[in-house]
Amino acid sequence: MPDHPYDLIVGLETHVQLLTDSKLFCGCSTAFGAPPNTQTCPVCIGLPGSLPVMNREAFRLGLVAAIALNCEIPQFTKWDRKQYYYPDLPKGYQISQYDLPMSQKGWLEISDPKGRFAAKKVGIIRAHLEEDAGKSLHDEAAGKADSRIDLNRTGTPLLEIVSAPDIRSTEETRAYLTELKLLLTYLNVSDCNMQEGSLRVDANVNIHIHTPQGKIATPIVEIKNLNSFRFIERALAYEAKRQFDAWQETGRKMGDPGTFKQTRGWDDAEGVTFSQREKEESSDYRYFPDPDLCPVRTPTAEVQKVRGGLAELPAAIRHRLEKSHGITPYDSDVIVAQGRPLVDYYEEVARIGGDGKKAANWVTQELLRVLNERNWSLAQFPLTAAALGELVKLVVAGEIEITRAKEVFNDMVAHKRSAGESMAALGIAKVDTSELEAICREIVAANPKIVADVKAGKQQAVGALVGQAKKKNPNANPNDVRRICLEIIGGM
Amino acid sequence: MSLTRADVEKVSLLGRLLLSDAELDTMTTQLTRVVGYVEQLGEVNTDGIEPMAHAVEMHNVFRDDALAASLTRDAALANAPKRDSECYRVPAVLGE
Repeated sequence: MPDHPYDLIVGLETHVQLLTDSKLFCGCSTAFGAPPNTQTCPVCIGLPGSLPVMNREAFRLGLVAAIALNCEIPQFTKWDRKQYYYPDLPKGYQISQYDLPMSQKGWLEISDPKGRFAAKKVGIIRAHLEEDAGKSLHDEAAGKADSRIDLNRTGTPLLEIVSAPDIRSTEETRAYLTELKLLLTYLNVSDCNMQEGSLRVDANVNIHIHTPQGKIATPIVEIKNLNSFRFIERALAYEAKRQFDAWQETGRKMGDPGTFKQTRGWDDAEGVTFSQREKEESSDYRYFPDPDLCPVRTPTAEVQKVRGGLAELPAAIRHRLEKSHGITPYDSDVIVAQGRPLVDYYEEVARIGGDGKKAANWVTQELLRVLNERNWSLAQFPLTAAALGELVKLVVAGEIEITRAKEVFNDMVAHKRSAGESMAALGIAKVDTSELEAICREIVAANPKIVADVKAGKQQAVGALVGQAKKKNPNANPNDVRRICLEIIGGM
Repeated sequence: MSLTRADVEKVSLLGRLLLSDAELDTMTTQLTRVVGYVEQLGEVNTDGIEPMAHAVEMHNVFRDDALAASLTRDAALANAPKRDSECYRVPAVLGE
């Protein structure tokens, strides 16, 4: 990266909605997209006299994620009230976790199959369980007088995952978020759907500038509510440059009197970050333990049980595919990124086809091409893994050459046929060796000029014969034709 | 510990309360007394006593992840000072 004299330093706070049916402290639905204010009750809109009770499944999902992120799970955890005034926060406080979070001190390993950065562990400072706020809707038609508030989302369980400032580039940022998202979807902890707000990111960013006097750190900026990977990359790139320019202009650095952590928003249309506020000190949230909620104790045995029951994680699957099927990190990354169903599908194709690398080619190239073109999920793909495996097996055995195999594949997909049926329908059959030799002798005899060229040392001239052989029998294997013709000419 | 006027000003800002000078004086005096009252607890010897996070010795109180009926929209919006057919209406929020 460095065509500039500084390092980018990034820490990410990622909020994910947990896949529960009901909210964190009440029985209202968490379903996305319901008409405004139809999924609320006295607990989640904070009516007097209501009492929250913790959703067991939300706590379990938090535990699963934290353990998969290699976090320590303290035996004792509690919930606190974080007080601030905002119209989408009906109680005037958010139930969150302050000094005793349910997990801390973990890590997530990131790597890049393209090798743009070395594999590394990004520290996880903590992951804690809290409730979501409602939404402010902007009513263009009604003018600027009012904001409209929908409280359906209020009280939805969130896991806030706070990374250490270990991330050093936009590539690493993307890799961290991609891996986190993949991990959480494999674990069924969250669907991480960014369009629906199930995964939201705040980035803490500053730069370390190299000067002859040593390293200088700029004041930290928190960029809020980055709703797509593209926004995040653009915002970070912009902010790094902005901080460098600001430092050149003012010389202000972290820790100077009068510098605070600043909160900025990202305006994607303008391509700029803009100042929202100087960060309030955390004491301003006046955290205190929520007296309505009992603490939770998690015995070591419980942690062991969850750890033992964890699904196989993406990193482990990639490693296993590379080891047991001999495929490249690039291919294993492509397959695992599509989700567990494709991993299982691929392994079945590899098992039946008998060649892991060829199976990976068919799955990552032909199958994914069709899914992309038709906008299909794997479930909609008409071929079973066994059916595709049979085709791979025929290719591996040399029963069918690759161009014709692709025709067969397309026919199989179009007509939902087996490899055998498609080959029959396309009139594809392996040409008998004696028939192939007869064809070759015939065309060699009919083309004395080519024979002369080959004899003069121009071996590639034999290529013209392949086309003629295919005209006589479309099933003629080009490699075989080339080999036999050269043998015949060599013996003349 | 004695509260300063500046402390009270800060707390009133966080609580979105606009206090007059006279009210600030009154609140500073009164809040100082309240804090002093609570500080009497500091006189109790707590050596060797494990800190508590909660007044009740209970933990792991959970409910199952099951849906329960929500309020109808009209019931939910019934006490709103201002509303429309779908939403609460509040003074425009700046900075978003």
